[in-house]
Amino acid sequence: MPSWNDILVMLPEFYLLAAACVLLLMDAFLRPSQRRVTHYTAIGVVIITIWLVLSGGGDGATAFNRMFVRDGMAEILKVFVLLSVALVCIYSRPYLRDRGLHIGEFYALLLFAALGAMLLVSAGNLVMVYLGLQLLSLCSYALVAMDRDSARSSEAAVKYFILSALAGGLLLYGMSMIYGATGSLDLAQIHAIAPRVAHPHLLVFGLVFLVAGIAFELGIAPFHMWLPDVYDGAPTAVVTFISTVPKLAAVGLAFRLLEMCMGTLAVDWQMMLAVLAAVSLVIGNFVAIMQPNIKRMLAYSTIAHMGFVLLGLAAATPAGYAAAVFYVVCYALMAAAAFGVIMLLARAGFEAENISDFKGLNQRSPWFAGVMALAMFSLAGIPPLFGFYAKLLVLESAIHAGLLWLAIVAIITSIVGLFYYLRVVKVMYFDAPDEGADQPLAADRPLRWVLSLNGLALIGMGIFWGPLLAWCLHAFGA
Amino acid sequence: MMDWPLLSLLIWVPLVGALPVLAVGAARPQLARVLALVVALLTFALSLCLLPDFNSASGAMQFVEDHVWIRALNVHYHLGVDGISLLLVLLTTFTTILVVMGAWRVIQKRVHQYMAAILLLNGFMIGVFCAMDALLFYVFFEAMLIPMFVLIGIWGGPRRVYATLKFFIYTFFGSIFFLIALIYLYLQAGTFDIATLQSLHLGLTAQSWLFFAFLGAFAIKVPMWPVHTWLPDAHVEAPTGGSVVLAAVMLKIGGYGFIRFSLAMLPDASLRFAWLMIVLSLIAIIYIGYVALVQKDMKKLIAYSSVSHMGLVTLGIFITMLLLRDGNAQAAQLGLSGAMVQMISHGFISGALFTCIGVMYDRLHTREIDAYGGLAKVMPWFATFMVMFAMANVGLPGTSGFVGEFMVILASFSASPWIALFAAFSLIIGAGYTLWLVKRIIFGRVRSEAVAAMPDISGREAAVLGLFALAVLALGVFPWPWTHVMDASIAQLVAHLV
Repeated sequence: MPSWNDILVMLPEFYLLAAACVLLLMDAFLRPSQRRVTHYTAIGVVIITIWLVLSGGGDGATAFNRMFVRDGMAEILKVFVLLSVALVCIYSRPYLRDRGLHIGEFYALLLFAALGAMLLVSAGNLVMVYLGLQLLSLCSYALVAMDRDSARSSEAAVKYFILSALAGGLLLYGMSMIYGATGSLDLAQIHAIAPRVAHPHLLVFGLVFLVAGIAFELGIAPFHMWLPDVYDGAPTAVVTFISTVPKLAAVGLAFRLLEMCMGTLAVDWQMMLAVLAAVSLVIGNFVAIMQPNIKRMLAYSTIAHMGFVLLGLAAATPAGYAAAVFYVVCYALMAAAAFGVIMLLARAGFEAENISDFKGLNQRSPWFAGVMALAMFSLAGIPPLFGFYAKLLVLESAIHAGLLWLAIVAIITSIVGLFYYLRVVKVMYFDAPDEGADQPLAADRPLRWVLSLNGLALIGMGIFWGPLLAWCLHAFGA
Repeated sequence: MMDWPLLSLLIWVPLVGALPVLAVGAARPQLARVLALVVALLTFALSLCLLPDFNSASGAMQFVEDHVWIRALNVHYHLGVDGISLLLVLLTTFTTILVVMGAWRVIQKRVHQYMAAILLLNGFMIGVFCAMDALLFYVFFEAMLIPMFVLIGIWGGPRRVYATLKFFIYTFFGSIFFLIALIYLYLQAGTFDIATLQSLHLGLTAQSWLFFAFLGAFAIKVPMWPVHTWLPDAHVEAPTGGSVVLAAVMLKIGGYGFIRFSLAMLPDASLRFAWLMIVLSLIAIIYIGYVALVQKDMKKLIAYSSVSHMGLVTLGIFITMLLLRDGNAQAAQLGLSGAMVQMISHGFISGALFTCIGVMYDRLHTREIDAYGGLAKVMPWFATFMVMFAMANVGLPGTSGFVGEFMVILASFSASPWIALFAAFSLIIGAGYTLWLVKRIIFGRVRSEAVAAMPDISGREAAVLGLFALAVLALGVFPWPWTHVMDASIAQLVAHLV
């Protein structure tokens, strides 16, 4: 029987589950003109959940027979998963309203996806890992297919679904191997048994499938094929979600499966991650150069950034994991800002999809051009912006772990990356706006304020990044 | 005054001051100009406040501020100036005023953004010279690129996009290897503190690798031959103010980096590769001098002249290592001081020459040398200044150009008469291209009716050029106070290298 304590440890998750169900029911009774009630309720729920997560802390308490672990890493990732969901809600409302997609299910799905991500990053058992991942993925498929009349959106959803189901299958297959070798599904137990199993090669065999599954979720080359199509086809509001929440969750997934479960096989997976990181950095950065479509460009840039995250994970040290979590949190903030501006630029019947749509933005709306420029310079890793410190930390931990060659691959490809980020800045600042498209951007007040704060955070966190780093290091006991 | 955090103020006044300038918006350009000038003057006044309390008898860091920035990585917000950086800080704040004044009428498009970019650059450059923590140094070093990128890209000439992308990517390319080297040093020492890194004793192999990583960053910044190719493009396309900042201050950051990082942290590798650096410097002096001779574009000519003159700076820095090997500490000190004086002097002269070209360009809208002629008759005041700066560029005694070149050549003579001979070529070639330029532009018959209609310089332009002239003459006639300020610091550095 679950004890009270179990429920208390999982209180944020239970709350979110109940609130999402209530929200779904409540929305059924609202008229479309009252949809903003759903909107603000969803944001309120997210904020309360953040508060619950923070008040629970990251003390390492477990629940339901160690199915669920509440540790420091889970705390950080949950806070930023929820924060990203709140940002997605705020940024998307005008965009969805203009397209007739502003439906209550959007918010319900976002909340359920967040729940999936929270369960995933807190999982203490292989079954829990899989359940959390599936909840997150199923919500994501539905979100990608949300614009059901659009052929592109549906195509993207089908691609995503099929490839993701394949990756899920791989992951499950790997888990079954590990279960076969160790006779346990509990991550900590597997970790303890792993060094003395009768068939170690079975474990390594399973490990390969785990790594493939993780790489798919992160969008690491060569498991990245779904990413550009989904970014391109899905409504931008959903892309903002896809580029933040699942990425945060995937880092948690990687830590749970690789370190907590297969930590004794670090030598094996370290090399796999290092090679995947190098391939991802090269493919992501080089292919991004050729993209005229800004969503596809950002998709390839995501692939490159996840390569950087792998740099931290491949170090396989507490400082390395902390750097990876720091990086992915930073990436989520930068991506949210970039997609926020893209959605701001889009109007009813017009998607700001091409980089050339940003022409002369500095003359139209200097402030939002500035926010976009900050996001681009930060993604490129130019100090004093936030993105630089994330790169610094993963490079430091990779070099510390003896992966100097990988660090050099990373920095050389980041020069290539610099080019396409600068191109966006160039278009915004050095080109004149097209005829007839020179009016300033119109935006709702909440969107304007939150997006501005998001942009300023990229500078602010560039100066005061110590607390976040300390939090990440503390979570991994480094 | 002593208890004020002067260096922090120096960095943050222009950085924060850029915000109200930016907030003024495009509608009120005059307000943006005045605000920017006020901030620039305030920064300059603050930098002058350093002088009375500066103890020139000490080679140690002064006005030190040390706060923990990131505890987990042992990164400090650690600032300080010694004799080497003090003059460069003053050069930066001084130049910024003149750049703001110089842009008063010329920049009419998005004035507030231009002025804010200049102020941001100012703050970041001061930060580079004051940072005593290598990570802090790197942050300022890279942050400079953003405002410069925007300056060239928005207000530049027809090929500005190409030039500014080339500038940004080139310099970024150089500095990322520097970052890797810093991370390596951090893992060795457990700190980014520059003084600690300088006292780290590394093996020769490690030093050699690090030396080339540093070289990438600083050689591109200086720039040395053969990685100078971004500079002519950037200069030609940049607006006048951008060129002045680039030539007067930004190039000096390369020389400063060589002294602070390459020499002081990697003395063994610096000695080992001193010959390489000397050869590259001599190639820059002679070959780039000849390249300057054949330019048709005035800005390009001065840009190549900059590369050639900066060759003397790197020569002065690395000749020191040869001299120290021979046990000639006195000449070594002379070489380093010469390099420093040459940097300051080149800051004034190149800034002034780019301003002169800006003055001509504003009137005739071309930088082709052939389009001009006989300005002495049309613009006598302007011609006076131009000839004076040209003479300084040649290295005429009594101007600042002479002092630095003489010191460096004298020091290299102690190392090898051959090096001195080649270095002295700079005087001849420099005289060649500069005097020929002056002959074609200033003297001779008035070239065309458009030239004949050129008005002489306004009071504002005269003030800018006059201030430059004052600095050039002051350093040329009384070099003692300038070298005296840095003597103790350079002596300490030389003692550290022995």
